[in-house]
Amino acid sequence: MAQSFIMESCNCIEPQWPADELLMKYQYISDFFIALAYFSIPLELIYFVKKSAVFPYRWVLVQFGAFIVLCGATHLINLWTFTMHSRTVAVVMTTAKVLTAAVSCATALMLVHIIPDLLSVKTRELFLKNKAAELDREMGLIRTQEETGRHVRMLTHEIRSTLDRHTILRTTLVELGRTLALEECALWMPTRTGLELQLSYTLRQQNPVGYTVPIHLPVINQVFGSNRALKISPNSPVARLRPISGKYVPGEVVAVRVPLLHLSNFQINDWPELSTKRYALMVLMLPSNSARQWHVHELELVEVVADQVAVALSHAAILEESMRARDLLFEQNVALDLARREAETAIRARNDFLAVMNHEMRTPMHAIIALSSLLQETELTPEQRLMVETILKSSNLLATLINDVLDLSRLEDGSLQLEKGTFNLHSVFKEVLNLIKPVASVKKLLVTLNIASDVPVYAVGDEKRLMQTILNVSGNAVKFSKEGSISMAASVIKPESLREYRTAEFFPVPSEGQFYLRVQVKDMGSGISPQDMPKLFTKFTQTQPLATRNSGGSGLGLAICKRFVNLMDGSIWVDSDGLGKGCTASFIVKLGFPERPYETKLPFAPKVQGNHIQTNFGGLKVLVMDDNGVGRSVTKGLLIHLGCDVTTVGSSDDCMRTVSLEHKVVFIDVSMDCYELASRVRERFGKRQERPLVVALTGNTDKATKDNCIRFGLDGVILKPISVDKMRNVLAELLEHRVLFEAM
Amino acid sequence: MAGSGLVLQLQKQLGDYTTSLFNEGFLDDQFNQLQQLQDESNPDFVVEVVSLFFEDSDRLLNELAKALNYQNTDFRKVDAHVHQLKGSSSSIGAQRVQRVCIAFRNHCEAQNIEGCLNCLQQVKQEYTLVKNKLETLFKLERQLLAARRSSFPM
Repeated sequence: MAQSFIMESCNCIEPQWPADELLMKYQYISDFFIALAYFSIPLELIYFVKKSAVFPYRWVLVQFGAFIVLCGATHLINLWTFTMHSRTVAVVMTTAKVLTAAVSCATALMLVHIIPDLLSVKTRELFLKNKAAELDREMGLIRTQEETGRHVRMLTHEIRSTLDRHTILRTTLVELGRTLALEECALWMPTRTGLELQLSYTLRQQNPVGYTVPIHLPVINQVFGSNRALKISPNSPVARLRPISGKYVPGEVVAVRVPLLHLSNFQINDWPELSTKRYALMVLMLPSNSARQWHVHELELVEVVADQVAVALSHAAILEESMRARDLLFEQNVALDLARREAETAIRARNDFLAVMNHEMRTPMHAIIALSSLLQETELTPEQRLMVETILKSSNLLATLINDVLDLSRLEDGSLQLEKGTFNLHSVFKEVLNLIKPVASVKKLLVTLNIASDVPVYAVGDEKRLMQTILNVSGNAVKFSKEGSISMAASVIKPESLREYRTAEFFPVPSEGQFYLRVQVKDMGSGISPQDMPKLFTKFTQTQPLATRNSGGSGLGLAICKRFVNLMDGSIWVDSDGLGKGCTASFIVKLGFPERPYETKLPFAPKVQGNHIQTNFGGLKVLVMDDNGVGRSVTKGLLIHLGCDVTTVGSSDDCMRTVSLEHKVVFIDVSMDCYELASRVRERFGKRQERPLVVALTGNTDKATKDNCIRFGLDGVILKPISVDKMRNVLAELLEHRVLFEAM
Repeated sequence: MAGSGLVLQLQKQLGDYTTSLFNEGFLDDQFNQLQQLQDESNPDFVVEVVSLFFEDSDRLLNELAKALNYQNTDFRKVDAHVHQLKGSSSSIGAQRVQRVCIAFRNHCEAQNIEGCLNCLQQVKQEYTLVKNKLETLFKLERQLLAARRSSFPM
């Protein structure tokens, strides 16, 4: 105590315990190091925190730093207290200690708050780690799935790259085996009977033995009943493909159904989901003695592949079918071609035969007919005449029969072609009229012909066959009428009215340069009963009983007409009100307008047409003087044709003797003394108005003749040759103007 | 109908034959004109005129044969005959005969006896030809007519 009081006087503080030198030394050193450590820790912290960007608790750090620094300071200051130290040091020491205490308490208090937070951070970290692990797992799964998908696509591609059924199936097994690393893969197909499944393809075994299993096993039914790949027992009959050696554990087996789609199952709008009944069975085995198990994605893969196989197989089936159909068609084509060629040969042979027979048959017929008709013109007794007429009739009948049959057979096979030429349509009708008039008049039938004004005189078509048709139709009318009248009418159908004639088989359309001619023949004869109507146009059927068959004809007429009419793009039909009520036969044919009017094949106009003009020279008295007998007759005929009253003379003297005031014109053929004759005539009658006109007919075209004619006072000169029209014009001119000098 | 086939055939034959006569120059348009003058009131006009021509020509040819000799030929008379022949043949349209007659007349004018004799030969030839042709034509027409008449077996 005394020491302390002594000390008090120097304000020094002495340590409580006595200083033991060694212990003091150690304490001193330790304190030093502690202080060092305490100072370096915050420095380290600051350094590392500065380095890391993420540290949320800076305030804590500061606090902690302060705490540590102060602790360090405390220990540092403690170093001075080992020896005699001044009061200042004591004070500093105390301050430091107080501060340190404060800060430590603060820190301690704060840690209470902070440590839970830090712990929770740890928890979160754990949580995140778990999540990351989970994501990893899922990634793994997705990757696996994607790989599966890739496998499927690849498999599908492989499978679908071929259209051959065997290749498809084989490829399926191979690829599946490879993708899934299978030990064995097999396909069981249903047999034809559908009662068994036969082992058709396997992966490892090259030639599978014709194993069969009945189709109604429970395991098979189970697999067929579901569209998923199902695990089956390795001991089931479908899975036992190899002899079991018993030493190994067989791998898991999965089976899936493969729908076999029939062609007939495909409807356009109805996808055959449920209608297929046939399935094949695909069995897949994992390697034995491995711990592998079927994973879900692998099962999905198998299911998808099974579906694809079904589609590929159906495509292959369609292709097979179409190939088979094509081959069949090809064969049929060849056969048809052969048949056609044979038929053509046959037709040609027949036509040749017909042509020959035609000619051979016609020649003697022609001779018979020609000679009989010539015979008719000779002197015959009535009996002989009768006989000749019968011969003629019979041979005509035969000739017609031959013609008809030959025509019909040519018409039948379509080898008959219409001739095309310009002809006089009106004269065709008149010719027919002429042909039937004799018979009609014998039967006291009145025949009338009415050609409408719009029917052109000339037309383009087959004249012969048109005439044949008209003749046939009107001939029938005459044949089957016992009394009454027959009227023929021809008209042109206006394009607007064409529609009325349309039937199921006849479709007329107006066309440029062509017209439809309608011909109608009406009679009041025996008519046609309704039940006979359809048979009218068929070959060889007649509507009369045999007793009346002496009317002639073979029943081919209308059939031929129908064919001709059809060839001419027309239509023919018969209307009748019934038996005994007459009938009307009508037909329409298509003809063409001629390009140049009056163009005709024959160089002379048929006599029927003639030039039956109204002759207004009725009875005009003329005198013809020509010393050439032939010329005289011709001129006379000409003038008579024009309706004149002609007197002819052969010499000048005769002429002077005959000529009188009654003659209005004197035609003189130019010869040596015609001029003199002319003057004499003129002298006789002077300049009176009623004197006959003197006209010269000459073939000379020189001017001298004309001059002479004028000089000698002739009233006209006409150049020979003189046509009817020319003479007509000449007479008209002469009578009007009383003079005519034709340009030479 | 019975016989119509034959009628048509004969008609075609006649038409073809006539066409050939025209094409070969035996007949010309004058013959057509004659045909036009034939009708119901005058049904045999052509035959009559042609018969007349045959008679006339026969006579003229005889005369010509007599008149043409190397000693003393009366060319005027010959010319007159030929003129007649020319006239007749042109009246009926016997073209080829007519043409020879024209040449014949030239030789007459030139008083060329050789030429005349040649022409006489020629004209005889042509005449015979056309006569045969016309006779055949008429025969065909008769046949056609007969066929028409008997074409209906009633």
